[in-house]
Amino acid sequence: MSKQAQHWEKTRGLLMMTLAIWFVFSIGIFLFGAEMNEVTGPFGYPLTYWFTCQGSLGIFVILIFWFANRQEKIDEEFGFSERGDD
Amino acid sequence: MIKGNFIDNLPKVYGIYTGGFLAFIIIMAIGEQMGMTSKTIGICFVAFTVAIYAIIGYLSRTAQADAYYVAGRQVPTVFNGMATAADWMSGASFVAMAGGIYFKGYGYMALLVGWTGGYVLVASLLAPYLRKFGCYTVPDFIGTRYGGNLSRFLAVVVLTVASFTYVTAQINATGTIASVALDIPFQYAVYVGLISILLCSMLGGMRGVTWTQVAQYIVLIIAYLLPVFWISNKMGAGFFPHFMLADEVARIGELEQQFGFVKNAAADLKTVPKGLAGITKAHSAVNATPWGFISLALAMMMGTASLPHVMMRYFTTPSVKAARKSVGWSLFFIFLLYSSAPMLATLSKLSLIDPSLPTGIIGKSIAEVQAIDWYQNWNQANLMFVSDFNGNGTVELNEFFMGGKAVVLATPEIAGLPYVISGLVAAGGMAAAMSTADGLILAIANAISHDVYYKIIDPKAETAKRLVVARVLLVVIGFAGATIAAMEIQGILGSVIWAFDFAMSGLFFPLVLGVWWKRANKEGAIAGMALGLLSGLGYLIWVRNGGSGFLGITQLTFGIFGSAVSLVSMVVVSLITAEPNAATQRMVDEVRVPSGRSIIGKQ
Repeated sequence: MSKQAQHWEKTRGLLMMTLAIWFVFSIGIFLFGAEMNEVTGPFGYPLTYWFTCQGSLGIFVILIFWFANRQEKIDEEFGFSERGDD
Repeated sequence: MIKGNFIDNLPKVYGIYTGGFLAFIIIMAIGEQMGMTSKTIGICFVAFTVAIYAIIGYLSRTAQADAYYVAGRQVPTVFNGMATAADWMSGASFVAMAGGIYFKGYGYMALLVGWTGGYVLVASLLAPYLRKFGCYTVPDFIGTRYGGNLSRFLAVVVLTVASFTYVTAQINATGTIASVALDIPFQYAVYVGLISILLCSMLGGMRGVTWTQVAQYIVLIIAYLLPVFWISNKMGAGFFPHFMLADEVARIGELEQQFGFVKNAAADLKTVPKGLAGITKAHSAVNATPWGFISLALAMMMGTASLPHVMMRYFTTPSVKAARKSVGWSLFFIFLLYSSAPMLATLSKLSLIDPSLPTGIIGKSIAEVQAIDWYQNWNQANLMFVSDFNGNGTVELNEFFMGGKAVVLATPEIAGLPYVISGLVAAGGMAAAMSTADGLILAIANAISHDVYYKIIDPKAETAKRLVVARVLLVVIGFAGATIAAMEIQGILGSVIWAFDFAMSGLFFPLVLGVWWKRANKEGAIAGMALGLLSGLGYLIWVRNGGSGFLGITQLTFGIFGSAVSLVSMVVVSLITAEPNAATQRMVDEVRVPSGRSIIGKQ
């Protein structure tokens, strides 16, 4: 398999993982919104309420930075990263 | 004080700017103490900030295509993040979002999840690849990847339909704020707003818009966070509201139990001024079906990843790597405001409905409430209303009505903050609406000038001529938007949500599959864009005219239907027609790796 094909396979794997996490916190948990809201979440807010106003939003921010770092590592591994700027 | 390259000095430049703005707020506060009228303060805030944006717009003037279309591709990640956040957060986010949460609770908060979760799709599916492509506009990508003038033209059509729907709402919002702050009729205020918007973008194009958007972000985030923290501290709710309002949320639940949600008679509701609503839904309980919540969130997420004015911000970063990081920073800066909106809604609601607080009006006598200064002000502005439906002489929960905008605009005054904060909030709302309008008008004008005029009509046009065309289009589109805004056809929020649905119907799959599916070809993309947009539009018209809809897809989520049609038709048509030629397939391979030259050569 060529270097490029391997690089793309890893990139696709990372995409799938990123989308899976995204799916859980943007769609998955809200299937059980009513049940989860009975539980007390962080800082004492009802759990579903907390996810809608802070939790999911914050997780998305972290997820994007995590994704960006992982993708950079993949690009470096196969020598496809850009040179000369940041 | 400032030497060398502008880009290297950005932190210093915006540091001084932020300091200057804070000093201006303090001067206004002192002015208020010394007897400046509230009207003067409002005018000063709006005039001063708009003047600053205009100066930045003038200093960013340019005659180069690269600077005009993509800000020279040298905007650092963090600053591009701020600019994107301002580009993204519209008048609706700033003025209407907390109000929506206040009235509708959980069902509305799907928008919060949708408008942030979409950035994960932007970062992972699209932004870095489109940056590698090196295009000036989103239709530029479609036209080059799939080939042919028809695909390029259809992308311009989808972009224009979505962005134009969006921009009228923003010009409407600038007009509303300008008419309140400057005390002029709305019909004229709309054009004052438009001229302010054009001052930022006319001369410098994307470069001017980038640096004004950063400035606008700083104003709008200060204007949003300062009152939230101040009110929370003043009420004794906690010095860091985001982590400390659990008791207040629980207290609202208790009060809701105690008062109950009494349903008003239709005849009584007729006496309530148009546009005002009462509290009819629980604050923190789950009040929507899972599909109701998820479908709205999903539509907003896919719409986010298809809206060209957001995507084109990532064309301005220096590299592919920077584009990815920049999406993260964008969402971080958006998060600062979005996570504060529910807190503002909580504080606002509690201060109004809790009888044990001095500001609470529920349980007070009607005459007493009608004598309060702020009630009179906002009643006059048609944003607040009480009426004694049951004739018992006191205000009940179901007898108090408010406009959605009032949550952001009136809460500082209700909580007893000085007027200078209200002036600041007006400047923040103006900044939010202006920055989004600028991004949208520029997206439309650039697509028409670059993709229709330069690429299709006159490929030999010189740079100077292209930029004249771009600027003329900017003005024409702006005036068209303002004219429609002046007619006040629909509310701010409704048209914003439609824009997302239009964008996802026509563009989501053609963009995503262009990178992720090599087999996607021109015929497929044309079918995907045309059928997606038409079926989405058809569904909207059907539901608006009394159609029942299906699968719980409403007029706010019609993009789910449109994009499904788009996906199916694109895949089917691609598979029954010839696969893309070798050159196109090689192009897709190159897009997938960050290193190497961009596809559309520099210069």
